[in-house]
Amino acid sequence: MSSLERTDVARLAALARIDMTDQDLDRLSGQISAIVDAVAKVAEVADSDVSATSHPIPMANIHREDVVRPSLTQEQALSGAPAAEDGRFRVPQILGEEA
Amino acid sequence: MTDWNNPTEIVRATAAQMADALAAGDVTSVQLTQAHLDRIGAVDGAVHAFLHVDTEGALATAASVDADRGAGTQLPPLAGVPIALKDLLVTRGLPTTAGSKILEGWIPPYDATVTRKIREARMPILGKTNLDEFAMGSSTEHSGYGPTHNPWDLERIPGGSGGGSAAALAAWESPLSIGSDTGGSIRQPASVTGTVGVKPTYGGVSRYGAIALASSLDQLGPCARTVLDAALLHEVIGGHDEMDATSLNAPVPAVVAAAREGAKGDLTGVRIGVVKELRGDDSGEGGGYQPGVKQRFQESLSKLKAAGAEIVEVSCPNFQYALAAYYLILPSEASSNLAKFDSVRFGMRVETGTVERTMGATRAEGFGDEVKRRIILGTYALSAGHYEEYYGAAQKVRTLIQQDFAAAFEQADVLVSPTTPTTPFKLGERIDDPLAMYLNDVATIPANLAGIPGMSLPSGVAPEDGLPTGFQILAPAHEDARLYRVGAALEAALASEWGGSLMDRAPELEVSK
Repeated sequence: MSSLERTDVARLAALARIDMTDQDLDRLSGQISAIVDAVAKVAEVADSDVSATSHPIPMANIHREDVVRPSLTQEQALSGAPAAEDGRFRVPQILGEEA
Repeated sequence: MTDWNNPTEIVRATAAQMADALAAGDVTSVQLTQAHLDRIGAVDGAVHAFLHVDTEGALATAASVDADRGAGTQLPPLAGVPIALKDLLVTRGLPTTAGSKILEGWIPPYDATVTRKIREARMPILGKTNLDEFAMGSSTEHSGYGPTHNPWDLERIPGGSGGGSAAALAAWESPLSIGSDTGGSIRQPASVTGTVGVKPTYGGVSRYGAIALASSLDQLGPCARTVLDAALLHEVIGGHDEMDATSLNAPVPAVVAAAREGAKGDLTGVRIGVVKELRGDDSGEGGGYQPGVKQRFQESLSKLKAAGAEIVEVSCPNFQYALAAYYLILPSEASSNLAKFDSVRFGMRVETGTVERTMGATRAEGFGDEVKRRIILGTYALSAGHYEEYYGAAQKVRTLIQQDFAAAFEQADVLVSPTTPTTPFKLGERIDDPLAMYLNDVATIPANLAGIPGMSLPSGVAPEDGLPTGFQILAPAHEDARLYRVGAALEAALASEWGGSLMDRAPELEVSK
């Protein structure tokens, strides 16, 4: 089990869509690496023969009739959007500049 | 007896006393609400418990309650008693930020289920309280809007993430508030501010409209200054909700009756288990418990014994893995939950070329360091090649901890420990050391991993620094009522020794005009 390197943190940040400056990486890489080292303690039980728990209280799925119910209006749904047009969310171009 | 014409006395009453006085016609909801708004105006510049105060809305609700009461309309039990909401609950028409700059200025188009229940209970909503950004933290220092200050000592942390909800109670700005507890965010702030906080059984309170941190751990719950007040609020917000797929389909436990029963002071036949690993001796996880914390814990145990309870020792050996498992499960789920802050549907947008570059720039600008750390950690823990090693192993730890609890609850009806290893530390003291910050939660995290209910209530002040210490009670899933019975019995025994509540001893805050 190895600590995270600065380049790993840069790659993970890119995957998580968080831009990082060199200063950000200077500040955060060491901290994140130290946390990874600390939580690696769980590896001591990784091979143990117990089942995994994903949800603390056992419960069954809830079903309902598939009928339309009151919901947000289009105007309400768009009310917090940074930009909207013609009743839709408006986003910047989705293809790269070089495309 | 409270002088209901004196605003200084009004804000020091309990919610139960306020409800009784309203019903008896001794005070109006407008008087109560105005007294709290004035108090907020006088002290919140120094405390900063609130991110948003809704003067107009709170007074409008209060006036309508008074009018209905005057007309003889039957009203819910807490109608007219003011409350503050953690700014993690969405509120239609009121700003909701989750403590993050990425949501600055957002006005939700709908109410959380808990918000709706509070409106239906006719409780004036004073405002929204401060928190660590997206509830990630133990001090409120990770709020995007500046920290909250502990009313016991303004240079110290009020706990977190729900430091605003706890500080509002301790500063007499609100008699009740709502918190959310993912790893201790209700109980730890209660402990360090001398107040009461309850994390119900997972699923006991609907999370619809609560901005999610870690969905398999998050639970909303009541914050108050007394056990009975917490119980009254618990019954308002609890219960099944078809809008939350993890909501328990069961009646709300009879917590008010349990609190009233416990206050009589008889715990004959109740078995109380001291968790060896959390009692603060050096063999325990985290070690380093402050002497005054241990001393007050032992004194509280003596009180419970004197009330007739049987004290036993239990061992939960797998708790040594709890903190590590928690800091894998939480970041993993958070990294997924926070993906929705993508600059498209709500919140901040830093427009920079393509949508992908815009997302990266927006999340860089909108998220604080702690959120970035946890998203990156979660992204790592869930990534191919590491999943079994980290997330898979953490889920096995969860099973082992549930097994530890199951065995412990064979021997005891409730389990107890100090809530936090120390009294509140100074603002800034641990801000650059995430691992030191995480150790605050060593005693509270196991309950979240197992989904069981927990309470923190005041056990006194540490002799060495005069700051509050907390006593934690844990019960099996669905047995929330046991917390209230034992908690109310301890509260009554301590109040009788002290000649009043712990909050009576809180220092006076300087009032600004």
